[in-house]
Amino acid sequence: MKEQLNNSPEIIEGSPNMLEINELSIQFGGLRAVDGLNMTIKKHQLYGLIGPNGAGKTTVFNMLTGVYKPTSGYIILDGENITGKSPVEINKIGIARTFQNIRLFKGMSVLDNVKVGMQNSSKYTTIEGILRLPRYFKEEKQMTEKAIELLKVFELDGEKDALSQNLPYGKQRKLEIARALATNPKLLLLDEPAAGMNPNETAELMETIRFVRDEFDMTILLIEHDMKLVSGICEELTVLNFGQELAHGETSAVLNDPKVITAYLGE
Amino acid sequence: MKKTTKNNLITFAGTVILCVTFGILNQAGILNSMTSGLLEPIGIYVIMAISLNLVVGVLGELSLGHAGFMCIGAFSSATVSQILVNMGTVPTWLAFTVAIIVGAIFAAILGILIGIPVMRLRGDYLAIVTLGFGEILKSLFNNIYITSDKNGLHFGFTKPPENIDAETKVELLRGAKGTSAPELTNFWVVAAVLIVCLFILLMFIDSKSGRACQAVRDNYIAAQSVGINVTKFRLMAFTLSAAIAGVAGALYAHSISNMLPKKFDYNLSILILVYVVLGGLGSLRGSIIATIILYAIPEVLRIVNQNIIQYRMLIYAIILIFLMLWKNAPFFIHMREKIAASGFVQNIKNKFRKKDKTSGGAEA
Repeated sequence: MKEQLNNSPEIIEGSPNMLEINELSIQFGGLRAVDGLNMTIKKHQLYGLIGPNGAGKTTVFNMLTGVYKPTSGYIILDGENITGKSPVEINKIGIARTFQNIRLFKGMSVLDNVKVGMQNSSKYTTIEGILRLPRYFKEEKQMTEKAIELLKVFELDGEKDALSQNLPYGKQRKLEIARALATNPKLLLLDEPAAGMNPNETAELMETIRFVRDEFDMTILLIEHDMKLVSGICEELTVLNFGQELAHGETSAVLNDPKVITAYLGE
Repeated sequence: MKKTTKNNLITFAGTVILCVTFGILNQAGILNSMTSGLLEPIGIYVIMAISLNLVVGVLGELSLGHAGFMCIGAFSSATVSQILVNMGTVPTWLAFTVAIIVGAIFAAILGILIGIPVMRLRGDYLAIVTLGFGEILKSLFNNIYITSDKNGLHFGFTKPPENIDAETKVELLRGAKGTSAPELTNFWVVAAVLIVCLFILLMFIDSKSGRACQAVRDNYIAAQSVGINVTKFRLMAFTLSAAIAGVAGALYAHSISNMLPKKFDYNLSILILVYVVLGGLGSLRGSIIATIILYAIPEVLRIVNQNIIQYRMLIYAIILIFLMLWKNAPFFIHMREKIAASGFVQNIKNKFRKKDKTSGGAEA
């Protein structure tokens, strides 16, 4: 793995690509969960990662966010090599994510959930916080205002004082996206955002995702099983099957590829 | 005003009012000897309970060794204050202040030392390690002897140091026989320290560091994903909690004539944990109220009947079991819903609200 890291380019200035994944592999014991994956996502793109259950999609997300260390290969985010860095570092560099099974801070209010995401953008120290020095009030006020603005985008500002665990399911999903955006990322990873939603909610979610991309000038990579959502908003797709790339390219072309249809539906 | 700010204000103001009221009553000699004797220990246990609540309630880690931090705070401060007082040149109030600070620092250092390896663990494992750590500290102070004479300090382990000048000999720590720090603590000191500690904790929890700790408690993986350094904040909360427990230990050491290491055993940690759990995890106000009530109950029972005191633990157990059932058993949940549905609580609330409104209107 060290050798691989040394061979990787250091910093590429002015690249049009937000994310470059090169020959990314991870091995759990004898199982190659992801095997030699290549993927390039341009800035401001909506990119989809699809594949049957167990194809290794979430594993890719976990490698991108530093939860797992790849066995080989490298990941470049906006010209910076982030391979093997810790989740905290990677978030600071610019990747934020949501989770397949919602992971909110259940015991905290909706507003505080978003404010936790802004943790690293505020500069006041713990001592300043305890002694309530002016910087505490100034920055807390800024954070609250910014958080409420963000909540307005997702129409959650009415429930800002509610406990996040008391929100209905669809709103919890939205809050998770809001929290991820609060960390001010360059790349947003959405892990099955439409899971468990009805068709109306899904349609609304598609609007929200598009809106987020345009409003925040965000690059978005999403995993999804809902083909209506995928074909509706994704510009390009990569299809994974048993940890290997099956196809990639423009959405309509990929979805009509006989190989892809076979992987999903069988012979 | 923000809801949390308002809640904090109520907790803080309530505690200040309680402290001042009892302080004045005590000063005026209105309280009987039993009640005034209870004030200091209750104050000290309240400090212990709110500091443990930071770890158990806010950070969400079960620590069973909180008495250990109190222990090191108590013995280090007792040693320092005895040395300073014996020098004769330092005023006692200064000696006491230094002793309290030393107690806090020693406990904090220990908090960091224990915290670094322990914070790699979670849940049950952390509970087991902290439990063991508390017992180790107790045994350690059971065996440490420090004696001073004109030549300086002499240390002994498992036995008293030898070759001591008999005329100027002062035994600071006497192993299992404990230590006798000067009795400098009075209720005003306890109240002042309690108010300062409460302020620090309330402000800590309602700042970005406190939010980070709660985020770690609620979801460790999500906290990392939004860029929170989990280890840093766990260690921070653990150390702050340890330092405050050290302060409580320092106050305790100076409130009794002879303090024994065996006091700081497993039972003490559990006793404080019971206060925290009964008061409500994460609620400092709850911890304060639970401590006052639960500490006072056995003493009040003592007046009723001398023999009842031995059933204290039994009563605790019954209260605990009842509360668990009250919160979780279907029967009680059903009953609570019935009460809520009957509109009884709502009526009372409405009455209060009306009162608020009318009084608010009068002011305006």
